[in-house]
Amino acid sequence: MTDEVYRKIDGIREPDPTLGRSVPSRQQTSRPAIPIPSDGDPATLRARRQRVVLAEPSRSPGGLRARVELAQQTSWGELLISDLIKAQLRSGVLLAVLAAFVLGALPLAFYFSPTLATLRFIGLPVPWLLLGIAPFPFLLGVGLWYNRLAERHERDFVNMIEN
Amino acid sequence: MQLNPWAVASVLVVGVVTVYLGRRMSRFASTTHDFLVARRTVRSRRNAAAISGEYISAASFLGVAGLVLKDGADALWYPIGFTAGFLALMIFVAAPLRRSGAYTLPDFLEARLGSPALRTVSTWFVVFIGVLYMLPQLQGAGLALTAITPAPAWIGSVGVMVVIALNVVSGGMRAITLVQAFQYWLKLFAIGVPTFLLCLVFLGGAGSGAAGSLGEQAPPEFTEETTVDIRTPVTLRVAETTLVTVVGEQEALWVPGREYPVSSGTELVFPSGSKVPVVSDGALENASWLRPTETSQDLLWTYSLMLATFLGTMGLPHVLVRFYTNPDGKAARRSTVQVLLLLGLFYLFPVLIGALSRLYVPKLLVTGRTDAAVLELPTAMLPGLLGQLVVAVTAAGAFAAFFSTCSGLLVSVAGVIATDLLGGRVRHFRFAAVAVAAVPAGIAVTLPIDDLSLSVGLSFALAASTFSPLLLLGIWWRGLTWVGAMAGMCVGGGLVLVAVGLNMLSRYTGGWAPWFVTQPALFTVTAAFVTTIVVSRGTARRVPDDVNAVMLRLHAPDPLGFMRDRAVARFGNVDDRERGRAKHRR
Repeated sequence: MTDEVYRKIDGIREPDPTLGRSVPSRQQTSRPAIPIPSDGDPATLRARRQRVVLAEPSRSPGGLRARVELAQQTSWGELLISDLIKAQLRSGVLLAVLAAFVLGALPLAFYFSPTLATLRFIGLPVPWLLLGIAPFPFLLGVGLWYNRLAERHERDFVNMIEN
Repeated sequence: MQLNPWAVASVLVVGVVTVYLGRRMSRFASTTHDFLVARRTVRSRRNAAAISGEYISAASFLGVAGLVLKDGADALWYPIGFTAGFLALMIFVAAPLRRSGAYTLPDFLEARLGSPALRTVSTWFVVFIGVLYMLPQLQGAGLALTAITPAPAWIGSVGVMVVIALNVVSGGMRAITLVQAFQYWLKLFAIGVPTFLLCLVFLGGAGSGAAGSLGEQAPPEFTEETTVDIRTPVTLRVAETTLVTVVGEQEALWVPGREYPVSSGTELVFPSGSKVPVVSDGALENASWLRPTETSQDLLWTYSLMLATFLGTMGLPHVLVRFYTNPDGKAARRSTVQVLLLLGLFYLFPVLIGALSRLYVPKLLVTGRTDAAVLELPTAMLPGLLGQLVVAVTAAGAFAAFFSTCSGLLVSVAGVIATDLLGGRVRHFRFAAVAVAAVPAGIAVTLPIDDLSLSVGLSFALAASTFSPLLLLGIWWRGLTWVGAMAGMCVGGGLVLVAVGLNMLSRYTGGWAPWFVTQPALFTVTAAFVTTIVVSRGTARRVPDDVNAVMLRLHAPDPLGFMRDRAVARFGNVDDRERGRAKHRR
């Protein structure tokens, strides 16, 4: 889903040149004429410049400007990125607090309620079920949830930059 | 312990497969980039298995079952914390850390805060945590070896170290990634299948074991006259008055409420029907074993452990180093979600094994070698060949745990030493790997075996008090300065080291240490955070000039292409890479 979105808005990321198999072919198709330089530092500079492809005709001028502003750290660009950071941090803290609250409530519950600590459910002690099994699906669920939120924030951000 | 040929064979097979896979993959490894971060091309599914494989250490495979056997419900917090640590890691650290393009943890700190001094100090902390974490693995290898053969323990420690050093030297991260992914599945199999089998035996035996049912109030008891051979010094307590015969001396009556120190080399004989004594801090009665969090001390200790494991995971060098191998930040986050699934699946089994061993191998409570529960339970429940075969499976899993965790630690520590103290070339990495391998092997051979999970718990506390404030604040707070980071790291790390020292002192002088010495995270982590923030505020003009650029790089989504590999800037080894490709094709 996300990859499709990126592709549609022509935001296919150029992975760093050290990435594996798929990279050489892509480089060859997009920039066949560039010779492989033999010396060290200018080569990395040139490679770096190639990666941020700003002059593609399909990209809207607004998206281009937004990217440049981000890269040049103008006050607007700074504001954009700090908004993204805040959004990510907010959802992260929210979910972390949720997880910590649920797990942190368990010891208190067992400490203050001896009956809960000795209850049995189909022959098995409830504390063992609550501590030995239940936390793992819960943690996975929170993880999946955060992953969705974070990817949505990033997608929104990319959409905003591109359009 | 008598020789179990099947187990020895299976351990040898695991060792051979480990070396074989490592050698196979190391053909593709030629550059620094391969050795440190496996060329950053590991797909999220394999990376998740590799992260889990590396993370499930001796403490998880053997230690959790041992702690459940000894402490009961309170020990269930270890697997929860070990798993929840990855949630915190994923939420706050995974994607930005990968996008930083760093090679090692000190490299990240330098990229963020621009201080060579901070880089040096954090290098030493990484090395220290790595070695401290490797020790229990090697000691566990020794313990596992003595459980399946009559051989001395040091052979296990040294053998494991030699095998992984071979792998790491030949191919670094590139070589061990596949090995670790394979070892996760091996470990899941090696603990899952025996657990199913033993549970079947247990249910077939109408729910009561050799030592009575778990639901009883009384402590477990010996069903026949039992001779227990004490090999490490322990302090024992009894719940009821017990008649004990010390071989070579006369009989004695042990009464509740007193502590009985027993030196190593002693043999104790317990008559049939007598109650099983437990090592000093274990749960005496089954009732208290079944119940979590009885006293307010338990409560505080539990919270302290939670804090240590939740935040400690993100500071462990071998866990972090795996995140640099992801292709991008999104993949880093995705592989962590899968890790949550894989770990949750695994941790169901050691808990069951621990509970069963309370019924069938209560004599481990007397010897203090509770960590051997996974290896000794099968023979106790299934006599004859079948039991030996099951032990062979669990032993294979245990050695897979030592191999994978040790190789991850060795790669991360050698990587840090090679890039920070030496030149960062492949030969430096190899040299560092051999040097680092020798140190913990030497220490593990000379130091006595302790509870595996306890020393692991302290490594978590150390990681949580040193690196987690730096990572969390460095990634999410612009105001962090290198002075604040340094102060926080030294205060947190120093306090934990003081606690480790006090802990060792108390162990030799009668075990007087209170809970916050055995699990100090509640105080040390708070102190580290407060120090970092206060000192950073005080030195606000030292906030690096490029903080906005760094923040952009850490947080901008991958498709925008701001991610930049620090390796190119640092080593500039385009020719090195070309050479690597050429070798690749050959």
